[in-house]
Amino acid sequence: MSGTTRLVVVGNGPVSHQFLETLVESGKADQFSITVFGEEPRPAYDRVHLTAWFETRKAESLNMVTEGFYESHSMIVHNDKKVSSIDRANKVVSTDCGTTAEYDVLVLGTGSYPFVPPVPGHDRENCFVYRTIEDLEAITEASKNGKIGAVVGGGLLGLEAAKALHDLGIKTHVVEFAPRLMAVQVDDGGGKLLRKKIEDLGVSVHTGKNTQQIIDGDNTTHKMCFADGEELETDLIVFSAGIRPQDALARQSELDIGERGGIVINNNCQTSDPSIYAIGECALWNGRIFGLIAPGNEMARVAADHILGGAEDKQFLGADMSTKLKLMGVDVASIGDAHANTPGAKCYTFIDEQLEVYKKLVVNEDASKLLGAVLIGDADDYGTLLQYALNGIELPEHPEAMILPSLDGTAAAGLGVDALPEGAQICSCNNVTKGDLCSAIAEGTHTLGDLKACTKAATSCGGCSALVGQVLNAELAKLGLEVNTDLCEHFPYTRQEIYHLVRVGKIKSFKELLEKHGKGHGCDICKPTAASILASCWNDYILEAEHAGLQDTNDRMLANMQKNGTYSIVPRVAGGEITPEKLIVLGEVGKKYNLYTKITGGQRIDLFGATVDQLPVIWKELVDAGFESGHAYGKSLRTVKSCVGSTWCRYGVQDSVGAAIDIENRYKGLRSPHKLKMAVSGCTRECAEAQSKDVGVIATEKGWNLYVCGNGGMKPRHADLFASDIDTETLIKYIDRFLMFYVRTADRLQRTSVWMDNLEGGLEYLQNVIINDSLGIAEELEAEMAHVIGTYQCEWKTTIENEDKVKMFRSFVNSDSGDSNVVFVQERGQIRPATDEERELGKDLIAVA
Amino acid sequence: MTDIFKKEDNMNWTAVCSTNDIPPNAGVCALVDGKQIAIFKIDNAVFALDNFDPFSGANVLSRGIVGSLEGELVVASPIYKQHFALATGRCIEDENESIAAYNVKLDGDTVLIAAEAQAAA
Repeated sequence: MSGTTRLVVVGNGPVSHQFLETLVESGKADQFSITVFGEEPRPAYDRVHLTAWFETRKAESLNMVTEGFYESHSMIVHNDKKVSSIDRANKVVSTDCGTTAEYDVLVLGTGSYPFVPPVPGHDRENCFVYRTIEDLEAITEASKNGKIGAVVGGGLLGLEAAKALHDLGIKTHVVEFAPRLMAVQVDDGGGKLLRKKIEDLGVSVHTGKNTQQIIDGDNTTHKMCFADGEELETDLIVFSAGIRPQDALARQSELDIGERGGIVINNNCQTSDPSIYAIGECALWNGRIFGLIAPGNEMARVAADHILGGAEDKQFLGADMSTKLKLMGVDVASIGDAHANTPGAKCYTFIDEQLEVYKKLVVNEDASKLLGAVLIGDADDYGTLLQYALNGIELPEHPEAMILPSLDGTAAAGLGVDALPEGAQICSCNNVTKGDLCSAIAEGTHTLGDLKACTKAATSCGGCSALVGQVLNAELAKLGLEVNTDLCEHFPYTRQEIYHLVRVGKIKSFKELLEKHGKGHGCDICKPTAASILASCWNDYILEAEHAGLQDTNDRMLANMQKNGTYSIVPRVAGGEITPEKLIVLGEVGKKYNLYTKITGGQRIDLFGATVDQLPVIWKELVDAGFESGHAYGKSLRTVKSCVGSTWCRYGVQDSVGAAIDIENRYKGLRSPHKLKMAVSGCTRECAEAQSKDVGVIATEKGWNLYVCGNGGMKPRHADLFASDIDTETLIKYIDRFLMFYVRTADRLQRTSVWMDNLEGGLEYLQNVIINDSLGIAEELEAEMAHVIGTYQCEWKTTIENEDKVKMFRSFVNSDSGDSNVVFVQERGQIRPATDEERELGKDLIAVA
Repeated sequence: MTDIFKKEDNMNWTAVCSTNDIPPNAGVCALVDGKQIAIFKIDNAVFALDNFDPFSGANVLSRGIVGSLEGELVVASPIYKQHFALATGRCIEDENESIAAYNVKLDGDTVLIAAEAQAAA
C-alpha cells in the first residue's frame, strides 16, 4: 500500500474506472491506498458497447483496464466480491464472504439493475436481462435451442438486445408497453418511421402491449399473454424495460435515498454522508438519474476533483441527455426537448417516406433558439443542431431550411465552427470543449490523429469527429499556419495529388513526372513515393532501367538489407501453408549458402546473410523449386496469416487456409503507401489475430466478418468491424475497393490504421464509400485492382531470366570478389554479423560462404 | 590547359567500367587498389565517393538513392538515410562524419577513377 488516505471504491464498472483513471491522470493517485470491489468476475469492461461482445465473443475485447494499471498504483482489486454492508460509524465495508476494508473516503459506483416487470412467469427458465457479459453468454447458449426470441422493451437498450437476437439467427419480436418505440427520445412521427425501418429488417414490433403473464407455450417454451387478449409464442425472453439505480447497499446504510430510488448526491457528488460519494447510474442528482455514460463520466471527474481537494473546482450541474446512435443500422438522434414540452415551443417537421427520413426541430416561441430535435434515418445534422441547442446560438431566419433537403443540389448551410463559443462542448463523451481543442492546436498539435490522441475528443462514440476536424482546419487557418503538405522540396503536392497527376496524366516515368510537375533531381523521399505510385497504377517491372534508381533500399535489390549491408530473403509461403518438399528446399538452400534462418511473425521463413551477388544465384534455385518473391522488401502485401481452419480444427467453421491463400495470391505484388498485413481466422477464437491487421477476416457460421485498419507493432490499433456475415464474393469486392481507395488517398508511409484515424468521418464514411459507393468510384477501384492483379509477375523470376538485370547484383562493377568487410561469427549453431569488438579481436570470424 | 588538368594528369587513373554499366541516376561500386569506391551517374555526369557508410559501418553507399537537396547533388545512405554530397563527400546531417570524394573522369564511355582521395591529393 502506498498512500495514507484509505480510499475504497464499491462497484467496478465503466464509471468507477473513469474515476480511477481521473485520479491516476492527476498524478496524485499515490496519496491514496486504493481498494476496489466489483461483484462481477472481471474488472471494468465497456458496458456501453456490450453488444460488441457478439463480434468476438471474448470478454477481453471489451476490457477497459490497461495492463499494469492496478499494479502500478498498488490498487487492491477484488473481483467477484459483493459488498454487503457499510459500517459508517467505524468506516468499514464488508463483503458477504467476510472480506473487510477500512476507508477514509468511500465511492459508490454500484450502477443499476435491469427492471423486470413483476408479471407472473417472469422468472421462468430462459428469461434473461441484458446487462453483463454473463447475460450475453447465457442468451447465446439459449439461442442454440430456440427459434423465436422476444425482447420486452422497445427503448434504446431493448433495440440493441433485439439486434443481438436477430444476429443470432432467431426470429425476433420487440414488445413495448408504450404506443411507440424509443418513447423517451422520439415522438410519434419518428417512432412510426423507426418501426417501419426495423420491421423491414425482419424484426416484428408489437407496441401498446401490456404483458399480463408468461405461461407454457403450445409450440415453444413460453407464451406471453397480453392485456388486449393477444398472445405471443417464444422460446426465450430478454427483459430490457429500463434500469433502476442499484441503491440497496446505500439504503441499508441509511444514506438519503430518493422517493423512487437513487442515492441522493450534491453538486460535489457527495451523499448525505460527506465521506461517501456516489457516481453513475446509482446516483440521484436534483431528482434525476442519468443512464448515459457521458454524465456518469462527468460525475466521476467531479468526485475525483473534490476528493483531491477541489483544485479544478468542478461541480456536477446536470447533463445534456442528447444522443445519436445507430440502432439496427438505422440512424437515430434525439436532442434536448424532443417532445416540445417547453411552454410556447413550436415544431418544424419534415418526413420523406420515400427515403425513410424523419426530422423535427423544436424551437422557442419566437423561433430564435433551438430547444430540441429528433432525427431518424439521417442524423448527419446532429453535430450542428446539438451545438445550436447547447450554446443557445441564434437560429437563421428560416430554421426549417436546416432540415429541408436542398433542391438545387447545394448542401444546406451548416454551422460554421467559428460561430461556436470557446466553451462549446464538442465531445460530450470525454467533455472536450472547443477551447480545449484550440489550445491543443495552438500548442502544436496539427493533425486530426494527434488531436484526438492528445485531447481524447472523438475517441469514444466518434460522433463528433467531423466537427473536431472542422475546428482543426479553422484554427490552423486562423493561426496563419499553412500546414505544408508538400511531399518534399521537389514536388509542391501531397502524395494523394501526385497519385492523381500520375493516373490522370497517364504519366509512366519519374522523369516525365519531374519534368511536368516537379523541379530539381528528386530525392530519397519523392523517388520511392513515385516508384510506388507508378507501380500501383501501371504495375511495370520495378527494376526497368527508368525505375531502378527510384527504388528504396530494399526494393532496389528485391531483398531486405540488414545492418551489415547483407540481405535477407523471404520467399512467399501463401497462407503459411508449405509442403515438406519445399521446406526441405529452404533448409538446403540455407545450409548451402550458410544463411541464418528464422521463422517470421507472418508464418514464413527468413534467410539472412546473403550478399548482393548471392541473391540471384540463391533465387535461381528457389524459383526452380517453385518459390516466388515474398515481397518482404516492398511497401506491398506481406502475408495473409491463417489458422488451420475447418479442414482440421474441431472448432473451425470455414476454410481459413484456403481463403488466406486465395487472398494472398490475389493481392501479392500490389504496391501501396506502406506495407500491408492481413489474416484469416477460421472461427471466432481468432487464432490468426486478424484484428491486428490492415485487413482481417474472421469466419462466422454464415460467412465472413471483415475487419479493417488494425495494427500491431509500434502503435497497436484494434481493427474496426467493417462488414458482417458477408459471402466470399462480397468479401473480395470490399477488399478490392478498400485497398485501392487506401492506395489512392493515403499519405506516404501511412499505415491503414493512421489513415483511418485521420479520415474525416471515420469508419462510417469509409463504409459509405466502399459498401454504398457514395463517391461513385467503386467500379473504377475494382477495375484498377483488376489491372494490378492481371499484370502480376514474380519480380525475381523476371530478374533471373534477364542477364542485364542479374548484372545489377554484382558487388563490384569491375571485380568478381566479394565484400571482405562482411564477416560473421557463430552463435547457437548459426551465423550472425560480428560486432566491432569481435572484428578487432579477429577470432573465429567467418567470411561469406 | 588549366592547373587542374595538369594535376589530374599526374594522377594514377584506373579504368573501372563503362557508363552503360551504371543504371541511370543511380550508383555502382568499384574495387580500386583494394578500396571500395561508389560511382554515381546523374544525367551525364559521374561522381565517386567512399562506398563505406560511417554511420552503419557497412559498404553500402553505392546502393543509395541519389537526388538533390537545395540544389546540391547527394546520395542517401540506404541504411540510416544520412545524405552525402556527391561532389565533396560532405555529410549534410553531420559534417564530422563526412567521407572522401574521388577524382573521376570519362574517356568516351569509359569511367576512370583516381583512388587518392581529393583532400589528400
